[in-house]
Amino acid sequence: MPKLNPDRRHQVSFTLNGKTTSMEVESRILLCDALRHIVGATGTHVGCEHGVCGACTVIVDGLPARSCLMLAVQAQGCDIRTVEGLAPSPDRLSVLQAAFRRHHALQCGFCTAGILMSLHAYLSTSLRPSEEELKEVIGGHLCRCTGYAPILAAALEAAATLRRESLHV
Amino acid sequence: MKPPAFDYICARTVDEITATLQEHGSEARVLAGGQSLIAMLNMRLARPALLVDLMRVEPLAQIIEETDAITITAAVRQSAAMAHPVLKRDVPLLAAALPWVGHLQTRSRGTICGSVAHADPSAEIPLCLVALEGEVRLLTRRKRRRVTAEAFFTGMMATDREDDELVEAVAYPKRRPGAGYAFIEVGRRHGDFAIVACAAVVDAARMRLAVAGVADRPTARDFPRLEGTALDDALNAFAWELRGSDDIHATARYRRELVRQLGRKVLLEAAACRS
Repeated sequence: MPKLNPDRRHQVSFTLNGKTTSMEVESRILLCDALRHIVGATGTHVGCEHGVCGACTVIVDGLPARSCLMLAVQAQGCDIRTVEGLAPSPDRLSVLQAAFRRHHALQCGFCTAGILMSLHAYLSTSLRPSEEELKEVIGGHLCRCTGYAPILAAALEAAATLRRESLHV
Repeated sequence: MKPPAFDYICARTVDEITATLQEHGSEARVLAGGQSLIAMLNMRLARPALLVDLMRVEPLAQIIEETDAITITAAVRQSAAMAHPVLKRDVPLLAAALPWVGHLQTRSRGTICGSVAHADPSAEIPLCLVALEGEVRLLTRRKRRRVTAEAFFTGMMATDREDDELVEAVAYPKRRPGAGYAFIEVGRRHGDFAIVACAAVVDAARMRLAVAGVADRPTARDFPRLEGTALDDALNAFAWELRGSDDIHATARYRRELVRQLGRKVLLEAAACRS
């Protein structure tokens, strides 16, 4: 039962977008801050810092979670996915990202990374989501630009595209 | 908004948690899913010297089927409870309420027992425990004890838990034949804290209504099988007895009206789905 001292830094290792990542953090460092300030992965945005706005949502062991309500030390051994891991290559967008672009599902982009991660996690488990289910997923995020309708349209189109692609495999 | 400094222990056994609580008492806080506690740390509403994390203690991550109850231990996440088939079959009230708890993105980490230990007066999980007359199981290094849900919640985010006690599990009584269950809630948006939430249990002889979001703790009242104006009068009396107050979300008067309206609706719904 190792006790982690608040004044010292502690070794933490987790998988970030498929790659093993190790770092040293104080016990009080939030996962979102570790990602942004230590790893330098600034795609994950930090909004309200108390779990309400959803901007910092990342995928932890397959499920979307607020990275501002998680300590970096709690991520030890976890599989973490962030928006940096969505695109298949630097010059190509994922199906979901491309649908967001087509439908103008973002304007300022502050909430986008979090919404993409929630939808990505959801579409990984269900390719036939109903509009109601998608509203429930998007309901965990605040967006002040779009009015949500284009986000919903993009998510429905991405689900349809992914369904078609899965039939061809 | 960042947490203040604290020692952190990632416990591997139940004994490590109870030993830590015995040694450090009120200076230590148990960290489960963190969906309330870490927000409170970020806002500096809590400043524990030490956090003891229980999520990697495997014996605490179980949903156990007992003769009369479903027991959910401390490290069971809300999402895991929702996905468990036993919940819908045996505790339909909790199954109906869980989709109203926060968002998908907080249920993936938040725990059932953590919500009970946090004791927010508007929370759905404690409300269902009180409605079903469940119990909280507490553990220290030396002893175990069981407390009824109604005795456990003692006020606004206050419980009967002693500083050295761990909320080891909560027990939700299984559905009884001949009883119906229903849940209803009003909030600004889905996923917000409830302004008023109601849970009802109705059988051949009795109607039980539990209300969250009005008094300083989830509160239940038993009525005989009433109808019409007798039911209206009973609900009106109950609404006043809860002594709600005005806040930025709603007035006390609006809350009383919600208790009257939602109370009637949820009792009728529970009566209609009696098995």
